[in-house]
Amino acid sequence: MTGVRTTALACVVASLLLAGLNLLPAGSALHLPDFAVGLAGKYLAYAILAVAVDLVWGFAGILTLGHAAFFALGGYAMGMYLMREIGARGVYGNANLPDFMVFLSWTKLPWYWHGFEHLPFALLMALLVPAVLAGLFGWLAFRSRVSGVYLSIITQALTYALMLAFFRNDMGFGGNNGLTDFKDIAGFDLHARSTRASLLVLSALVLAGALMASRALLGGRFGSLLTAVRDAESRTRFLGYRPDHVKLVVWVFSALVAGAGGALYVTQVGIINPGEFAPAGSIEAVIWVAVGGRGTLSGAVLGAILVNGGKTLLTGLLPELWLYALGLLFILTTLFLPRGLMGLRAGGMRRLSLRLRARSDAGAGAAP
Amino acid sequence: MPEPGTGIGGDPTPVTCAPVLTALEAAPLRGSATTAGRAARRRSRAPLPVLRQHLSGLLFILLLAPLGARAQDAAAGYADLASGNYNRIAAGVTALGASGDVRAETVLHALAGHTLWAQRGGGLFIGNAGGHAGHFLDARTGAPVASPPPDLRPVRLSNRVREALDASLALLDLRSPSTPRRLAAAESLFDTHAAAALPVLDRALASESDPDVRRALAEARAATLLSARPLPPDAQALPAVATLRARGGLPARAILAGVTGGDPAIRQAATEALASIDLRLRLWSIAQDLFYGLSLGSVLLLAAMGLAITFGVMGVINMAHGELVMIGAYVTFVAQSLLGSPGLGLLLAVPLAFLVCGAIGIAIERGLIRFLYGRPLETLLATWGLSLVLQQAVRSLFGPTNIDVVTPGWMSGAVAVGGLTITLNRLAIMVFAGLVMAALTAVLRRTPLGLQMRAVTQNRRMASLMGIATPRVDALTFGLGSGVAGLAGVALSQIDNVSPNLGQGYIIDSFMVVVFGGVGNLWGTFAGAATLGIANKILEPVAGAVLGKIVVLVLLIAFIQRRPRGMFPLRGRGVET
Repeated sequence: MTGVRTTALACVVASLLLAGLNLLPAGSALHLPDFAVGLAGKYLAYAILAVAVDLVWGFAGILTLGHAAFFALGGYAMGMYLMREIGARGVYGNANLPDFMVFLSWTKLPWYWHGFEHLPFALLMALLVPAVLAGLFGWLAFRSRVSGVYLSIITQALTYALMLAFFRNDMGFGGNNGLTDFKDIAGFDLHARSTRASLLVLSALVLAGALMASRALLGGRFGSLLTAVRDAESRTRFLGYRPDHVKLVVWVFSALVAGAGGALYVTQVGIINPGEFAPAGSIEAVIWVAVGGRGTLSGAVLGAILVNGGKTLLTGLLPELWLYALGLLFILTTLFLPRGLMGLRAGGMRRLSLRLRARSDAGAGAAP
Repeated sequence: MPEPGTGIGGDPTPVTCAPVLTALEAAPLRGSATTAGRAARRRSRAPLPVLRQHLSGLLFILLLAPLGARAQDAAAGYADLASGNYNRIAAGVTALGASGDVRAETVLHALAGHTLWAQRGGGLFIGNAGGHAGHFLDARTGAPVASPPPDLRPVRLSNRVREALDASLALLDLRSPSTPRRLAAAESLFDTHAAAALPVLDRALASESDPDVRRALAEARAATLLSARPLPPDAQALPAVATLRARGGLPARAILAGVTGGDPAIRQAATEALASIDLRLRLWSIAQDLFYGLSLGSVLLLAAMGLAITFGVMGVINMAHGELVMIGAYVTFVAQSLLGSPGLGLLLAVPLAFLVCGAIGIAIERGLIRFLYGRPLETLLATWGLSLVLQQAVRSLFGPTNIDVVTPGWMSGAVAVGGLTITLNRLAIMVFAGLVMAALTAVLRRTPLGLQMRAVTQNRRMASLMGIATPRVDALTFGLGSGVAGLAGVALSQIDNVSPNLGQGYIIDSFMVVVFGGVGNLWGTFAGAATLGIANKILEPVAGAVLGKIVVLVLLIAFIQRRPRGMFPLRGRGVET
């Protein structure tokens, strides 16, 4: 977990820099186009998701193939607020009902949409709903000691089931099309440059906050316990600890972080639909962490930004190659880079320091 | 069988005569050609709404009305066909059907096949469907026409004409020497059950000898009787109710449900018959759901069997399994295109897909998985990456869209068993899944390789100590599992869209089956597949397809909480490792 604080700081500084460059007049040579700000915001939201995945995979040894579910639930909570914020400016001009409900000829708002006209409530829900779902799911799973590949498969089943559910029009979340066409957030125009720049900086702050909170959580006694559970669960249990409780705490915290990432994602991407629940998305999030380096937190951020940057570039330039690249990334990372880029750096540092020491030893031996 | 041209409409009843007379009165006299066809032509302009309402009945009546001058009727019928007016064409069809003209059947079939052409002057020709090219026959005489007649337009069909055409053809078919055609005609008359067909049915029943056709005729007669208003006397109606009750099915139910007036005895009989039919329908529908469930289960079994083998022996979750299934389906496509024959191609594809996918599997094991033993989660990620590569490779080679895998003739269509509709391709897949499972069980139980595989499953280290080359067994096992995936692809190509995404749709389901059934146990996989398939299909009508699937997934998640290692977990010393 070295350098988590540096990573957090770097993210905030970089986002401030990008926002500043974007606010320069359009003629200026250093001016950053608007889409780049949106992209950076999206990457940061993904980085938050990656941190969440790293928390459970890197530190608790739970390979989650369904974390996108928590991300998307946070996103949907935020999307519901943004949907209500549209008010009467929708296509049908109905102040009480979002467009898709008017289209489905619903007459009144479903009960679970109430309260989402208030931003604080929506934010609370963006954290609470993923946390509660994760709590329920984790409590059941860890209690009966489902672990390893089985746990991975049922996390995948969870997000798959949610995807199917959200595709249904009857669910009241816009079905196939999801929630989109947002206008503003807390009175600020979502398409305004200043709002987008602020959201970017906010994402960086939330990411930094998630990193620092994770560091605090993992740093102390709890962190040691978690490592013990990851590496020798039975032995920890025999020592009198409750591995299921330990895992549940980090699992719920991770879902909370993922939900926050999802909420930020929606504000900057402008759409949330059931596709976000797709199992493939969750597995992709795992590869970000694997590329960056599992169990390092900073690696998760690095991996998310690098892989998604690569995706943006490749899908723009050579769309057919992207899946080859992603597939090879999975294969090569697991085969040759088991500790990710961070491991490369740490390994490189160690090798460097070993070489330096060897040289100084040799120097010392030659000196007398 | 009555002779053509003499039988139909031989003994008019008062019922059939009266509306004809009304119709004739409604039609203004037009020279000497006051034929049935002309009368019907006037019908649409007739000021009597009753006549319009009883359109199809009238058509039948006209069909059965006594017609003295048949040649003249046929001539008028031909003239009506050439008229270009839908009402007149319909009337002409009816007149021709009743006329007994030797050419009538050919001409009506030509009309049904869109090969009948008319000239403005009244000429009528049978040509080809394409257009004016080719040679033509004179419809009236059957004589070839030397040069293509000028000024041709097709005789078009409206729904009304089609109705008349069906009725006429069915009546003509009742006199056909071919038993299947008579049977089809009787069934068609059951569906139309127009009151006017009754005398014809009676006469056909009297002369029919084939028991199936007799039954169909009796059912058509019963339907006709019970659709008549007012209802016939009890002596006729009660046996008719019994006939329909014995027949069952939705059309019979609809006719019986319409019996509301009449005698209490009849109503009572009809109500009881309805209850009996409803019960049978429900039972058949449950049986149908079971069939669909087993069919889905066999598909899941095929897709999951290979996974059960690879995961069971090696503890390797192969996320590229779905892509191997997909490749099996593409092998079928290639085999069919190379051989040019869907049936042979499909048969060849079975061993070919096994070999191709088996070889790919061995390559995957040697090139990727063996470096990752003991790290199941990393294996999962690496094979997922491989699945993306394979998918994209197939997409680059064959394009992203669905390809057309042909279902051979002997596998398409359906047979009805009672109220069950058994689609042949699904039946074939169920049989195929059973065969594959039997073969796989035999390999595992009866061959040295199977013995070694089981030894490695149960205790890898001990097996190795006993001199089993575990790496070789691993490679062959993985090859076997992948080959079975290829076989699943061959089967799936017959019922599903074959596209590069084919495998993704099955991978989660197959994992569910394996996890549900318990790892490394073929019977567990079988039980898991059958249970999940049937549960899905039984929940579908109740909760809808998507919600049913969600319920199954949630139940499965709950099930894994209780039985983390599946229904039939492996037991033994080697399990935990």
